[in-house]
Amino acid sequence: MKKNSVTTVVAVGIGAALFFVVGRFVAIPSPVPNTNISLQYAVLALLALLYGPVAGGLVGFIGHTLIDLSWGGSPWWSWIIASAFVGVAMGLLSKSIKLSEGQFGKKEMITFVIANVVAHLIAWAGIAPVLDIVIYSEPIEKLFSQGAMAAVANILTSVIVGGLLAAAYAKTIAKKGSLDKE
Amino acid sequence: MAANTVLNYLPRKSVIHQLTGATKLIFFLLFTLASMITYDTRVLLGLMVISFAAFAASRIRLREVRFILVFMLVFLLLNDTFIFLFSPDQGTAIYGTRHLVCHLFWRYDLTLEELFYLFNVSLKYFVALPVATLFISATNPSEFAASLNAIGVSYRVGYSVSLALRYIPDIQRDYHGISQAQQARGIELGRKEKLWARLKNSVSILLPLILSSLARIEVIANAMELRGFGKDPKKRTWYTRRPFGKNDYLAIALGAVLAAGSIAGVILNGSRFYNPFV
Repeated sequence: MKKNSVTTVVAVGIGAALFFVVGRFVAIPSPVPNTNISLQYAVLALLALLYGPVAGGLVGFIGHTLIDLSWGGSPWWSWIIASAFVGVAMGLLSKSIKLSEGQFGKKEMITFVIANVVAHLIAWAGIAPVLDIVIYSEPIEKLFSQGAMAAVANILTSVIVGGLLAAAYAKTIAKKGSLDKE
Repeated sequence: MAANTVLNYLPRKSVIHQLTGATKLIFFLLFTLASMITYDTRVLLGLMVISFAAFAASRIRLREVRFILVFMLVFLLLNDTFIFLFSPDQGTAIYGTRHLVCHLFWRYDLTLEELFYLFNVSLKYFVALPVATLFISATNPSEFAASLNAIGVSYRVGYSVSLALRYIPDIQRDYHGISQAQQARGIELGRKEKLWARLKNSVSILLPLILSSLARIEVIANAMELRGFGKDPKKRTWYTRRPFGKNDYLAIALGAVLAAGSIAGVILNGSRFYNPFV
């Protein structure tokens, strides 16, 4: 996949729209009543793997801001920054996982899972609550519990759904050297 | 379809609508900054008056934004409840005194300080809500990219945002179609399935959506490249950009004064909180 700046601009735009639609309308009911599991971070992981850290970060930032605006409140900047961070972190993986060339074997899967867990823990149990304390000064216990909940839910969807998506996507790409001369 | 209920632009003839998109964006950012910094009840009440006045001037009726209002009220109640459940003594920790109203149960005492703190938290939502609602419903989406560029954001990012706004309804339609088609084949996301099956089924809906979106990215990128997008690394002109008028400068000045006033209030008061208890 060629990665010139025009493709990145479009990928960020369409990616943010996809992040928005999936985050806003696609919700799986979770075992806890009245809470939903959101899937947008699985989509974000896949897009970041394909288009790199800049695109990943911007998709997270713009997509999350649009979701917040659509719910009618002012954007919750601390969580938006955390989303952007996840996008950048997953985008950095695109250096070692060449998903656009159909490469997603065991080794890549393990890297993907570990990176996902680390990125989401830093984002939701670190960045988001700490910025919340600085910006909004709400009770610390509440913010860290919220953060931990978000981290667990997002790791779950991002690893399982994101991993399945990446594996399924890799299968649709014809690998280099898959043709034999007869 | 639900597409019409989110990020809904409501065109009107009003002072607010006539402001340029850039003005509204700058004012919105300054105003959120002002309301974010302070917890001072007096400042928040002042900001709330301005916020409601702006809403009244926009001629958007409450009925039209009812959905957002109800949602925010529910969210606010939940948030207040959670704050109280997690730390019933946050008020005491902030204001330094403890006026007991009544004892509830276990470690939960209802104190005046906690009530006042929750009142301030709620006030912050009421300050931000009208301006945020206005920002969404009074800004023409096609003007939005131009306004981002006007405040110094790179035009490429502005263009990304405008592409996102343009394609949200399309992708939503795609999603709707794909999910109905998959449901017809027995792929279900609801409570009838086990959690693991729900997660797996979501992949069967997301993958076609993502593949069609990736194809879309290619098509649009090629079309833009053919039209010479991005040849000038710095500049781009916008069809929808309008020159600033007198009201635009006034609105931006007001926003700047509010933000500065809010910061000054925090410095003068010596704390982000107004303390009526000492």
